[in-house]
Amino acid sequence: MTSTLRKNSIVASGGLLLVILPILVSWSGHDYYISLFSRILIYGLAAVSLDLLLGFSGMISLGHAAYVGIGAYVVAIFFHHASEMEPLFTWPFVLEGSENGLLVLPLAVLISALFALVIGSLCLRTRGMHFIMITLAFAQMLYYFFVSLEKYGGDDGLSLYSRSSIPGMDLGNDIHFYYLCLGSLLVFIFVARRLVYSRFGLIVRGCSNNERRIRALGINSYSYRLALFVIAGAGAGLAGGLLANQTEYVSPGLMHWTLSGELMVMVLLGGLGTLFGPVLGAAVFLLVEENLAMYTEHWMVYMGPFLVLVVIFAKRGLFGLVAGGENGNE
Amino acid sequence: MLLVIEQFLNGLQLGITLFLMSAGLTLVFGIMQVINLAHGSFYMIGAYVGATVAAASGSFLLGVAAALPAAALCGMVVEFVVLRRLYEREHLDQVLATFGLIMFFNELTRIIWGRQPLFMEVPLWLGGSVELLPGLVYPVYRLAVIGVGLAVAVSLWALFAKTRLGMQIRAGGVNRKMVGALGVNIKLLYTLVFGLGTLLAGLAGVMAGPILAVESGMGESILILTFVVIVIGGIGSIRGAVAGAVLVGLVDTLGRAFLPAVFRMLFDSSTADSVASSLASMAIYILMAAVLVVKPKGLFPAHS
Repeated sequence: MTSTLRKNSIVASGGLLLVILPILVSWSGHDYYISLFSRILIYGLAAVSLDLLLGFSGMISLGHAAYVGIGAYVVAIFFHHASEMEPLFTWPFVLEGSENGLLVLPLAVLISALFALVIGSLCLRTRGMHFIMITLAFAQMLYYFFVSLEKYGGDDGLSLYSRSSIPGMDLGNDIHFYYLCLGSLLVFIFVARRLVYSRFGLIVRGCSNNERRIRALGINSYSYRLALFVIAGAGAGLAGGLLANQTEYVSPGLMHWTLSGELMVMVLLGGLGTLFGPVLGAAVFLLVEENLAMYTEHWMVYMGPFLVLVVIFAKRGLFGLVAGGENGNE
Repeated sequence: MLLVIEQFLNGLQLGITLFLMSAGLTLVFGIMQVINLAHGSFYMIGAYVGATVAAASGSFLLGVAAALPAAALCGMVVEFVVLRRLYEREHLDQVLATFGLIMFFNELTRIIWGRQPLFMEVPLWLGGSVELLPGLVYPVYRLAVIGVGLAVAVSLWALFAKTRLGMQIRAGGVNRKMVGALGVNIKLLYTLVFGLGTLLAGLAGVMAGPILAVESGMGESILILTFVVIVIGGIGSIRGAVAGAVLVGLVDTLGRAFLPAVFRMLFDSSTADSVASSLASMAIYILMAAVLVVKPKGLFPAHS
């Protein structure tokens, strides 16, 4: 009981801190930190969506960045066509470009989910090591596809000249944008929590423990796992759509497998199967990167061994260390 | 026709490199049940050490002779210090720890050798070309790579099928505890197998040195191709690694060489080029997806 209380109070104070952060930052005068924290929230969102797979269903996807990239490219491609005044395609119907955030962000989610559906339906035929390598290979396939897609910048990527527009908000304003990211993250965590502790979540978690028993109960485990894979892809797509807006630039690098690996690191650092932890993990990873990079350009030579140590000795992640309580898969 | 044969040989040569990589990796997967993302790092270490020693001594053979033990030694140290602790852990832990190792090795090579790629020269006695068929001239070096790869494949087969050590390794993959109970030092055996795998990766790296640029991060592009090979061939199977490597090498090389021409016959030139180039770079992944739909465990599953 006390550990639940402790956990809830940590989550609540963390949430409160994020809500008032822009006030603190503008008061301290380091406006740069607003955009850094927007980035943290976006990566946090992507990491939370990956946590759904890693922490609750045991599906180790090493290609999660692909959906981040797709979401980002959806926003960028619609923007590109809107600024060139050229329709995306004219057959079977005319589709015009757009920079309306209320249109392109949901589209980013939808199209990433669609890709996750197709890729997931193939990948989920396999298990264990095969699954890891196949998710990785599909992500690389998309990476090479976008590298060779000359129309949208190929290797060089695509620049956006401004952020998407949402009625009543000025996304060009970093504080407004920050709250959009925070809102998206909170909504996704809320949905994910409801999902994980529902009957659906019970089945998915059951699959990772003993799939044969779940099947013996007459449940088609494949479609449940696929549904979770699609939801995780959708979350990553939303993160991608926001990331394209945040940096006003997309490139195939967003799909590169090192980003998938980094997302995994964030989940692990924060705490596997905790949903809040990955946000903390993203914050720590990006802040460490930011600060170590200031002292040495070779920060990765320290980060690598640190990661190995975390894997071997601190399995519960930072969230587990501060919040206590049960491990992972509660 | 001559062009087709030449590209076929190029594909074979890529396949051989991929085989050297995947043989080691598939052993580690199949026998120790460990997923090792850092396998590409040993390829990179082999290439760097080989290039440095060859440049300093002026002898390509000395470079190779230095690269092999360097890669094997690094591999055994990594096994002893890190991977040994992860055998009983979940795949996720193995992925994350070996991802950390990649970061470490990539950055370490940047610290030691800098950001500029190194270039390795083809030794004089392997320089030049031979005329295989009238009109078909092919570099001797690439032929030598193919020859070395074939020799390694045969000796690996002999090692596993004919020797006592090979028998123990195969038995260790089936039942680790039983082999230990029979008095085999299974920990040492695993370290040796891991070292053998990284030695082959180092060999692949040093042989790729004169063909590709030696740079930090070179291990990752080949690592992902190696994964594709292993998935196609079936995890843990040397036979699968041979078949998968040749298939992937050929599909990738021939796709890049001939898809543009095929598409130019079908569409107008600008669309043809962009479609063909993206299809060519995606071809092996499409091949992999197709194999998986038909045979989810790969073409030659190890324990079928």
